This record gives sequence, structure tokens and C-alpha cells, in this order.
Amino acid sequence: MEIKALIFKLAEKYGRKRENLIPILQGVVQEERYISDEAMVEIARQLDISAAQVYGTCTFYSFLNTKPKGKYIIRVCETIVCDMRGKKEVISTLEDLLKIKIGETTHNKRFSLLKTECLGWCHKGPVMLVNDEVYTELTPEKIRNIIAKYKENIN
Amino acid sequence: MTDTVKIKIDGIEVKLEKNASILDAAKQLNIKIPTLCHHEDLCVAGNCRVCVVEQEGVHNLVPSCSTPALDGMIIHTMTPKVRKARKDLIALLVSEHNTQCTTCYRSKNCELQDLAAEYNIDNEVYLSVLKPSKVDRSSWSIEKDDSKCIRCQRCVRTCAELQHVNALDVAYRGKDMKISTFMDLHMNEVVCVNCGQCIIHCPTGALTERRYYDNIWDAIGDPKKHVIINTAPSVRVALGETLGFPVGTRVTKKMVTALKKIGFDAVLDTDFAADVTILEEGHELLHRLKRVFVDKEKVSLPMITSCSPGWVKFIEHMYPNYLSHLSTCKSPQQMFGALAKTYYAKKKGIDPKDIVSVAGMPCSAKKYEANRPEMKSSGYNDVDAGLTTREIGHMIKETGVDFLSLEETEFDSLMGESSGAGVIFGATGGVMEAALRTVYEVVTGREVPFKNLNITPVRGLKGVKEATIKIENCVPAFSFLEGVELKIAIAHGLINARIVMDQVEKGTSPYHFIEIMACPGGCIGGGGQPIPTNCEIRQKRIDAIYEEDANMPVRKSHEVKEVQELYRDFLKEPLGQKSHHLLHTKYTKRNRY
Ligand code: SF4
Ligand code: SF4
Ligand code: SF4
Ligand code: FES
Ligand code: FES
Repeated sequence: MEIKALIFKLAEKYGRKRENLIPILQGVVQEERYISDEAMVEIARQLDISAAQVYGTCTFYSFLNTKPKGKYIIRVCETIVCDMRGKKEVISTLEDLLKIKIGETTHNKRFSLLKTECLGWCHKGPVMLVNDEVYTELTPEKIRNIIAKYKENIN
Repeated sequence: MTDTVKIKIDGIEVKLEKNASILDAAKQLNIKIPTLCHHEDLCVAGNCRVCVVEQEGVHNLVPSCSTPALDGMIIHTMTPKVRKARKDLIALLVSEHNTQCTTCYRSKNCELQDLAAEYNIDNEVYLSVLKPSKVDRSSWSIEKDDSKCIRCQRCVRTCAELQHVNALDVAYRGKDMKISTFMDLHMNEVVCVNCGQCIIHCPTGALTERRYYDNIWDAIGDPKKHVIINTAPSVRVALGETLGFPVGTRVTKKMVTALKKIGFDAVLDTDFAADVTILEEGHELLHRLKRVFVDKEKVSLPMITSCSPGWVKFIEHMYPNYLSHLSTCKSPQQMFGALAKTYYAKKKGIDPKDIVSVAGMPCSAKKYEANRPEMKSSGYNDVDAGLTTREIGHMIKETGVDFLSLEETEFDSLMGESSGAGVIFGATGGVMEAALRTVYEVVTGREVPFKNLNITPVRGLKGVKEATIKIENCVPAFSFLEGVELKIAIAHGLINARIVMDQVEKGTSPYHFIEIMACPGGCIGGGGQPIPTNCEIRQKRIDAIYEEDANMPVRKSHEVKEVQELYRDFLKEPLGQKSHHLLHTKYTKRNRY
């Protein structure tokens, strides 16, 4: 869907008050996986607020991407418990498997690798998210299987 | 239910209105609690925590600015725990700060510097975690230096609550948090209207005006240049604050002396151009009314004033389809500039290319205005540089003169004479009052029907003011206005401009003529004025403006001799061909996004 039409639809659905900003942003991320400059401006226009306000909100939340992202967004928890339980190894395994560094996206736009704050799964750390799916008690072996699954999953 | 509460602060009982904060209570008792994110003009933020106090029965320290005083509270403002907490907070702010006070424009007028001194942050308790950043000097008016920012968000609240521009907002979070424009674009690429309200609400040197005084010192040092300055009405009632006088002192004639000592070849008065503005704008209003009432044409009414460059840029961005409502008159600064390099140059026999025309203004947007591409109608830059009241204060200090004991001097001539009507341009409602003093008399042949010419309904700090003036017994030329009730409104602060503009947009505006000033209180509260500026200070400056007016021998723009001479010898008539070329302008549609 064209971005303007998408935002119009979302604004119709959630309303045009300041408090409707987050659901609209989430709606855009769901469809586009990130919020482009044009999208921010269009949202500001629809809600009659300034573009700086939309930008401020986008940059506050780590789940509201402002850069293009791959189809599967992997977020590795970097907070203290997961850190102590082997976050480093999780990241190096992922970097090795995907041949990208933290913050980057694979050239085929399939995976993006990011860090995130505590996901509330500390008792089962280390953990990571792939889009909305959470994976716990990670080991290099487990990670290889998970990634293999997403690599095959062509749809 | 009672509407008051009683609390005890440092052993003293105090009675307060409900909903007052602990900070308000302390103020009533003259107990000083330090603050940083708090500002009287803005809503409470409670993010800096330096205002913490101890509340009996509560384990954690509470921020006094954002904690309401509740009946029976017992508060201590100066316990060891409080002092230690404040000192730590300030030391932490300093550790993130580009502490270069010796080279900082806000040095000696900085809330962080003051607090660091008060709390003796005399060694580096915490390692410096200052992050590198670039100073943004893209704008003609505003300089933004994130390395001096303490993230109190006063600027963000100012730009939202007072101005409704929202050019700045908080971006990112935690240690990465910063004050940012959309996509971190440069200040000159966003909707910022250059009003400078964020500057006068910033506690530190993070937001300042772009400074041009060095160029002016250079010009003064160049013997080939004839350097003139015109000073706006609001400068004379505020400059004293930067030089040791109490708020509200009128220092007009001392200012003239000081500017001469700095080396300006002539010290002239923007008020002269304000009086010219009244003649042009007053006739423009009458002309529009005539086209409506007599020629039955479709003409944009209400007509709206155009003296405030922050307001002009605001309407260009926010209401670009309504630019025809703006008066085509340039602001007094730009009228002055255009006349300085034509009329003045000719009369004085000076080659206009050798004239350096400086404007001393209470405003940061005037710097931008001077650089608008269309402001070259004299064939040169009509205005070469704009200085704020603060910059003038600094220049005077630099000369080393003792301002307090300086003798008094009158403005130079030509273009130094003016009326009380020109003076009141500095206060909200002033342009309206000045215009009415002239227009009413032109139309009826009589003075405005107000005691001592003081049109009190248009005065004061209410956000939007309205008045109706019935026009009766007109002179024959204006008989078409017989019995008309002239409806006027005045708005100051752009949030109030929105209110009257939304009516214009909806087609429900009942007015013929509206005055709008970008800054709260009008120019006396401008973004180039001394810091601090708050409600109480604005009121005192306004009082001084009206005092200045009351003391002027001439109170009406059309009675100023030098103005009459200008029309006789040069312009011929208001709205004439020369005026059209030199004193009127066009506007540009801009995007809000
Ligand atoms: S902002 Fe204040 S504390 Fe910081 S360098 Fe300037 S004067 Fe010093
Ligand atoms: S720029 Fe000034 S007002 Fe704005 S957050 Fe920083 S220190 Fe506060
Ligand atoms: S100068 Fe005015 S419009 Fe620009 S950021 Fe500051 S307060 Fe906002
Ligand atoms: S620390 Fe990783 S989930 Fe809480
Ligand atoms: S002044 Fe109270 S929290 Fe900042």
C-alpha cells in the first residue's frame, strides 16, 4: 500500500489525537518494518503536530525503527542478566551465521541484527526476539537451528 | 472544604492556595530553593531534581517544584541530605557539560554556572562524559550548542506552550537523549521562526543568538565607513538590566551616549520608522476598508500587522494561504534600513555604499529578517546587521564606560525624532494603539476619544485582547465609514496567534484589524532581551514603555516633524510610488513540513 494511504487508514482507525500516535507508528512498522522520513511527515500532517514531535517519539522507542530493516528483525537482549548468561556468545554466533554486525541488515534484506534492553525473560536468559517470537536459554546450537528455520521459510 | 492549606517549611508555618507547590510556599517565605528545569512561564517538568527537599515521614527526597503542598506537610529545605543530593546532581550535570565558561556567551548570566558556584563544585568528582557535538550555526538567528545543554527541556516547552511551533523536541533516550529538530536537521531547514523565546528560556549557553558584534566593531574601526545604528523602543527599557539598573528603568539617553562612545557615527531611532509604519499601515487599512465599503471589492480582511518577523515566518509556514491578510508594510527595522541608504544618504551627502546600517533590536528574528533576500530595495543590504539588546549590553561593557553615571544625550537627526506612538510599538497592543491614534484622527478630524490618548482596552498582558471603536462624524472623504464599528484584536505569543488565525481560516473572524506579535508581551519580551524575562519583568518593561510615551512631547505619529519632512521632501504621500518600492514587501509561502 502506498505510505500515505496506509497512514490515512491508520489515522481513520485509531483517531487523530496525540495519544493515537503510538498505535499509528506501530501500524506503520508492522506493514513497512520501519518508519521513513516521509512517513513521519505524513503522520505529523494527519495528527496536526510537528514533525519533530513524531521524530522524538520514534527515536525514544527502540521498536520503532527509523531505518529500513530486514524481513526478520533479531533483537538480542543486552541487559545485565542476559549479559552474564552469555549474550556475547549469542551475538558472535549470530554475526558469524548472518555475516553482518550488530545494527546491520543482510544484503538480501532478510535479517537485521539489533540489541535491545531487558525483555522480561531474565530467568531464561540469554534471550532474543525474532520479530514477535521470543527464544530463550539460547545456545549456539539452538541459534543455528532457529536461523536455519527462518532462512528456509520463504514466504 | 477550604481553599487553603497550611504547611511548615524550615520551622515556619505558611498558608497557601490549594494546588500551590512546595516551591511556591518557599518563595512566599523568601526561602531560596535552586531550580533548573522550572520556569514561571512554563508548565512543570520536574526532570532536573535540583529543587529537592526533605519531607518528614517520606523516605525519598521530593522535588519541590512538582510536589503540591498538602495540609500538614513538614518540609526541610537545607538538611545535609538535601545539600548532598543537590551537590551531586549539579556535579553530574557538570560532568556531562562542556564547561568552558571563559569562552561562553552566557558566562555570568548562566543558571548552571551560578549553581555550580553556589554549591562549590570545585573539583571533578565525576569523570567527564561529555560527548562530542557540533555547534549549529546554520540559522541567521539561533545558535544551538548541544555540548552546553542540560536537557531541562525548557526550550521544548517554550516552543510548544508559548509558540506552538514545536520545532524542537526531545529525541532518543537515556544517555543518548538530546534536544533535536526533525531528523536532526539544521535549524535553518526546519519550521523554527527565529523568535528566540527558547533562548531567553534556556538556563545555559546551549541556545543563544548568532552574534554579529565583531563585524560591527570592524566596521566602526574602518574610517571609510559611516556606521549608524537605530534602536528599537524595547531596547531602551531593558538595556539597563544588563548594566546594573533595576528592571523597568528607562535608559534612553544614556544608551545614546554609550553608543556614541562605542563609535557609531550616528545614533538614530527605530521609533522614527515606527511612526512612518503607522502612516503607511494606517492608510493601507483605510484603503482596504474603502475597497470593501465603496468599491464592494473582495479584499482580505482582517488586515494583520507585519512588524514582527517571527510572526511573519510563522504565518508563512502555518497559514500560507492567508498571506494576503498581512499588511504589505515592512517592519520599522526594514523601513529604517531602506530609508537610511536612500533618503538619509542623499540628505547627508553620503554614498550609500559606505553606510553600514545596524539595527539594535530586542529580537533574534530581526537578524533573519535583515537577511531575507527581498530586503535590498535601496540597492544594498538595507540592514547590514542586527544586534540584540544583550549584544549591545556586551559592547557597552567592552568599552569600559561606567554606564550608571553616564551623561545623557539626545538621538541624532535625521531620522532620530519620533512620537510616543512609535515608542509603544514595544508593548503588546502598542502598534494598534499607535495606529488608532492616527487613523481615527485622519477619518474624523478629532483625537481618539480616550483620556490622554491612552487607549487602555488594548493594553495589558491578556493573550488575546479585543475592542470595538465606533466611528462617527467623519470628514467628508471618509463618509463611507460613518457609523462603522471598527473591530480590532491583539494577540501576542504565537500560541495566541493561532487562536485568531484559526478564526480567519474558518472564515469566522469578526475583526477588521489585528495586531500580532510573536513574543509574549510584545517586543519587550523579545528573544533578544535580557535574561531572565518573566511575567513580572515583562510587566515592568511595559510600564516603562508607557511612561516613556506619556513623557514624549509628541504622541501621534503624523505629528512628528521629521516624518512630515520625509513625506514632503521624499516620499510625497503614504502608499505612494516611492513608499511602495522602499517600504512595502511581499511574502513567501513556506511548508510546515
Ligand atoms: S553554559 Fe554556563 S556553565 Fe556552561 S560553559 Fe557556559 S557559562 Fe559555563
Ligand atoms: S537547550 Fe537549553 S533549554 Fe533546551 S534543554 Fe538544553 S539547556 Fe534546557
Ligand atoms: S526560535 Fe522560536 S520557533 Fe525557533 S526553536 Fe526557538 S522557540 Fe521555537
Ligand atoms: S536481562 Fe535479558 S531478558 Fe531481562
Ligand atoms: S526545578 Fe524541580 S525538578 Fe527541576
